[in-house]
Order: sequence, then C-alpha cells, then structure tokens
Amino acid sequence: MKLPRIVITGVGLTAPNGNSLAEFRANLLGGVAGIEWLDVRYMGRLLAGVCHFDALKHQKKKEVRVGTRAGSISIWCAREALADSGIAFDAFPKDRVGIYVGCTEHGNVETENEIFAISKFAYDTKYWSHYHNPRTVANNPAGEASLNLGVTGPAYTIGAACAAGNLGLIHASQMLRLGEVDLAICGGISESIHTFGIFAGFKSQGALATHETPSKASRPFDKARNGIVVSEGGCLYTLERLEDAQKRGAKIYAEIAGYGVNSDASDYVLPNPVRQAECVRKALANAGMDASDIHIVNTHATATPLGDIQECEAIRAVFGEGCPDTHINNTKSFIGHCMGAAGALELAGNLPSFDDLVVHPTINVDELDPLCALPGLVLNTPVKAGKVDAILNNSFGMLGINSTLIVKRFVS
Amino acid sequence: MTTEDCKKAVLDIIADIAPDEDLSNVKSDVRLRDQLQLDSMDFLDIVMELRKRHGIEVPEADYLRLASLDSCAEYLTPKFNALSAKS
Repeated sequence: MKLPRIVITGVGLTAPNGNSLAEFRANLLGGVAGIEWLDVRYMGRLLAGVCHFDALKHQKKKEVRVGTRAGSISIWCAREALADSGIAFDAFPKDRVGIYVGCTEHGNVETENEIFAISKFAYDTKYWSHYHNPRTVANNPAGEASLNLGVTGPAYTIGAACAAGNLGLIHASQMLRLGEVDLAICGGISESIHTFGIFAGFKSQGALATHETPSKASRPFDKARNGIVVSEGGCLYTLERLEDAQKRGAKIYAEIAGYGVNSDASDYVLPNPVRQAECVRKALANAGMDASDIHIVNTHATATPLGDIQECEAIRAVFGEGCPDTHINNTKSFIGHCMGAAGALELAGNLPSFDDLVVHPTINVDELDPLCALPGLVLNTPVKAGKVDAILNNSFGMLGINSTLIVKRFVS
Repeated sequence: MTTEDCKKAVLDIIADIAPDEDLSNVKSDVRLRDQLQLDSMDFLDIVMELRKRHGIEVPEADYLRLASLDSCAEYLTPKFNALSAKS
C-alpha cells in the first residue's frame, strides 16, 4: 500500500536561545548557549534553560492568568508555526485540524503551585483553586491551543517522557495518513523548569548538572559532564499531506521519511543501548534507508555520565565506521534538556542544514570522553557537509520509551 | 465600610481576574456579565478572592447576589462591616 507522503510546512518554536527558527539556528551556528540561573522554589539558584517569548503576542492577559505555562508555550508555537506555514488558517475547516502535543509530564507545576498557595492558609483546602483540574488534565497544553485557535478537531497530548517531541510528529503523520485530519499542528512542549520536583528528582538521582558558568553547564560527550540542565521550550510544526501542501504552493522544509518507536522493557530510568539501536534500525527500515544514507544524526544525549555512553554504543552499533558522510551532533549542549520539547526542537535546529549544508556542533566538549568518540562527531564549531539529504533525530525517555524520526530533503 | 468602598474592593478583584477589561465605565446597576467578559469560573474567582483577601465567605446559594456592583455592595457591605466590628 502506498502511503501519502507527509511534509513539514511550518515551524514555530521557543527555545532558551531563540524564539524563531532563524534566531535559534543563528545561535546554534554561533555557539550561543541559552542557560541561566533560575530561582527554584525550596532549592535556590539552579541552572536552567528559560524561554523569553512574549506570551501576550498571541494570548490575552486573562488567558495567561487562567492557563498554564505549557499552554502558553503551545499557543506561541502553534500560532508561530501557522504564520510560518502561510496557510489561510482563518478559512481552514477547524474540524479538520489536529493538535498533537508531546509532553514529558503535565500537572506537576500547577499542583506544586497550589500546594504552595494553600501553605499560606495553613493548608486549608478551601483555598485550593477551582482552576486546578483544567490546568492539570493531561490534555491541557493541547486543549489551551485548541481554545486559542478555535480548533474543533482532535487536540490532545502524547505522554512519552523525553521521547515525546518526536512522538508528536510521528503520531501526526499517522493521523494525516489515515485521513483523520488535513492539517496537523504537532511536536512537543515543556514547562518543566517551573516545578522544583524535576530538579530535586534529578538531583536525588545524581543527574543534575552543576557548573559555575551557565553556558558551559550542558556538556554532552565531554569527559567532565556531570548531568542534565533542565529547560523549558516548545516546538510545533505544521504537517500536511504532500498533495495538499503542493496544491497551495506551500514552502516545504522536509519530508517525513520514516520513524521507529519501541520500549526498553528493562529499567525505570537506565537506557538500554540494544533497544535504542533497534529503534534506530526500525526507523531506517521504515524509511527504506541504509545507515550510510543519513547525513546528520542528532543525538538525544543529555550529558549524564552513563546515558551518553550508552547512546554512543547504540549509534556505533548501527553506523559503525562505514558511514563517512554521517555527521553526529547534539543540541542539548546549547539549550539543556527541553524534555517533552527536546525531540521537536532539536530536529528544528537541524532543518536548515538542508539549505546551507552546515552541521551545527556539539559545544562544550573540552575533552572528549573516549567512550563517546564516535566517527563524524561535530565538536565545538560547525562543519560544512558534502551533502545533507537525510537527518535522523533520536529522543529517548524514562520507562524506556525510544523514538527515532528521520526526515529527508524534499524532492518533488 | 461604605457601599462605595465595597464596590471598589470588588472592582479591585475584578481588575486582577479580568485584566483585559476596561473597568472605567462599569455601571453599578447592570449585571457584571452583561458588560464584562466574565464566565462562571471568574465568579468563582471573585468568591475565592473575597475569601483570601478579606476573609469573607459567600455560600453557593448566595452567588447570585454578586450579579452587579449594586447587588454586591448590598450583600457584601454588611459582611465587611461585621468583620471589621469583630477585629
């Protein structure tokens, strides 16, 4: 059966180092990280990736007050993606639009805020907000976007830990191919820096990055890496079936080539390189590609001592030494770990490579860990590639959820 | 507290919960919902803020008493005054 081809026609994002694809890309090529100090409740000053978009560009003050940070990020990204796509959205049938938002978790921020608020009233629950439930339902980030945009088609989140950003795109592709919707707004978002719990959890796990210089804190593959920098962010795309996109003369960023999703079934938090390699191979098979057809591998590596090594083991198993045209990079070295947004944001940062043939580097590698010394790793400065026809994006998450998405240069 | 003070206290709350609204010409005798974009959740906000800021309880059966500024003043001013008499 020949499936409809799916293409990316718009990108909307907010990252700790940029609020548009152009700004984000310029900073990835310019070596500009976006990590700063953030006061975290109960914990004090910690390193975090903070986004600085203007929520009031697309929301009323009341929407911001009533809604969640995750909702604001979704709305920003969705509106920016739609504007970028050039689609005549006002006239588009809203029941044929799907919103599929990947998120690592949702509700922790809002629950922590409410507990803190009632602590000022001796924990009397009559002071608990009536907004708690609409703010904490798992579909909140997608639902707020549907309210803002007037979308009456399916709008929900996909919970897949830090693999969720890719899952948003994958799920949207599937829904477009099934004919469930005609336009998908999809990707991933995260408001994680507003919950102390994620910082405290990683700290208890021994996986929270520390560094005296914020921009140097996130350092995948470096020998001195010491953990994750938690970040917020979002990236939503407009996806369409190729024939629809061509009919309206849309700009096409890339075509969805293939994907793989699987589960480790081995541990709550420890990655499993065997399953990761299987996921990558599954994606290659789905795309009908060989490893040597991939020109950029964007790694998931979060700068934990063990996790980076294990992903490198998986990549080595698939790409080995026989892929001289394959470059490998990492975006978290600039923006930290944007959790549910990671896969979608990191893909976006690499999309312009189809046009400029430049591969953004992994920064902050002062001394490469020999166990992470993959052939083709792009360290500290961008490199010009001979060709960039396919990008493979890895995103893995807790409870062993793995996702690999491959996009390719669009050729009519 | 006078009824005018009471209306101001209510308007201060509305200014926070409906920050996009222009409150300069709110008519006291017209239902708030008929002149401002307020939904049922916003009215719950007014009830919550009266509780948090002023220690005033509005039982559910009395929610309709908050319909307009005039009805708010009529219903809430004695409550405000009863509280200040206690303190």
